[in-house]
Amino acid sequence: MASTEEIRSGLADIVNEVAGIPADEVQLDKSFTDDLDVDSLSMVEVVVAAEEQFGVKIPDDEVKNLKTVGDAVAFIETNQAA
Amino acid sequence: MSAQRIVVTGLGATSPVGGDVPTTWAALLAGTSGARRLTEDWAEQLPVQIAARVAVEPLEVLDRVKARRLDRSGQFALIAALEAWADAGLDAGGVDPERLGVAIASGIGGVTTLLGNYDALLEKGPRRVSPLSIPMLMPNSPAANVGLAIGAKAGVHTPVSACASGNEAISHGVDMIRLGRADVVVVGGTEAAIHPLPMAAFAQMMALSKRNDEPEKASRPWDADRDGFVLGEGAAVLVIENAEHAAARGAQVYAEVAGAGITADSHDIAQPDPGGLGATRAMRMALKESGIEPREIVHINAHATSTPQGDVAECLAITNALDGQIDQVIATSTKSMTGHLLGAAGALESIATVLALRDRLVPPTINLDNPDPAVKLDIATDQRALPSGDIAALNNSFGFGGHNVAIAFRSA
Repeated sequence: MASTEEIRSGLADIVNEVAGIPADEVQLDKSFTDDLDVDSLSMVEVVVAAEEQFGVKIPDDEVKNLKTVGDAVAFIETNQAA
Repeated sequence: MSAQRIVVTGLGATSPVGGDVPTTWAALLAGTSGARRLTEDWAEQLPVQIAARVAVEPLEVLDRVKARRLDRSGQFALIAALEAWADAGLDAGGVDPERLGVAIASGIGGVTTLLGNYDALLEKGPRRVSPLSIPMLMPNSPAANVGLAIGAKAGVHTPVSACASGNEAISHGVDMIRLGRADVVVVGGTEAAIHPLPMAAFAQMMALSKRNDEPEKASRPWDADRDGFVLGEGAAVLVIENAEHAAARGAQVYAEVAGAGITADSHDIAQPDPGGLGATRAMRMALKESGIEPREIVHINAHATSTPQGDVAECLAITNALDGQIDQVIATSTKSMTGHLLGAAGALESIATVLALRDRLVPPTINLDNPDPAVKLDIATDQRALPSGDIAALNNSFGFGGHNVAIAFRSA
């Protein structure tokens, strides 16, 4: 089980790869769209990479609820394999 | 035809012999080959193991995040377009976005993105297909991304006519300006098809040279020992502009785009018309539209790809198009150095034609050791000088499908 900080840090690396945002700017309160230059297509890339890294399934219907990095971390933390 | 003059005010390229236009032009004048033996593992199983890759990898130039959202063909196009845009002095403004168009062609489109994502689909499943695949692989993607980068709103177009595509894009830009739809059009072509599938497919057509042990000698237009073309990659882009618009902003002028001719053979899907009739008509049409007389043509950058049939048919077509007045013509095939860039070929060779007129220098056709006796043209085998005064030149491109496009240029 990855900790909250491990998940945030992992997502930060993914956002850096996809959108070029420095990893240390990817904090829990940041909005993917408004703060991190992650558009709708890039968000799909982030989700798929996160699924692979953390062993979770993020349903398409759920993606629209993941507005902030914190939303994504919370979803992954709750749903990651025990 | 309207008296509206159209001029070339900017040039950009990334090619097998240089990462920009000055480097590419110097390499062409020096007779430098860009063909190499492929070192990728996949090449080992192919009958053809040579190609002309770009001299400078796009990731050495482009921002990483920008590059990963573009197919390789889109990366090339953006690099070439931004060079041309800055060269024209337009990066500081100077054109109304609603009067700015783009016509950037591709012969094959985003084939490496398409096939790479198919590999991902087979190996890892549909969830691993990139959501960026479609906007990367669609053939209009390079043109659209260039349009986004420079803010073009007059219209963004992607002519597709195989190896004639680049010239067709130039012709399309000329039409846009002549019809009053734009003042400036960023025109050109791009291609990135060095991948095992297109290479195997071209090889199956017997179109590619198999001179694997001597890559730099493999592209040998008009030589008796030619055995096919060498696949190249890269992009070339020209900024063409209403001459009054260019003069009003004090722009540099490389040459005038005097006219274009487009015809179709309606003969065969892959073989050129052996009599070169469609090519002859395209050149005649370009001359007529330009008001240029055959004796004024002092230089031709030929399509001449190094295939057994096409090179000879083109010579016949040139002789017929100029009513036999070929004594003053110095022809060359820069494909002897760059390989064949398919949808980018016409644009790269138009840049070579424009610079030949400006510098009064014709780059050599390398590897012409033993000219085919059927060739009656004066081919430059060393760097050759063009006369002073007002001179004109033609650039030919022909494509699978029977497409023929000739562009006529005048010295500035």
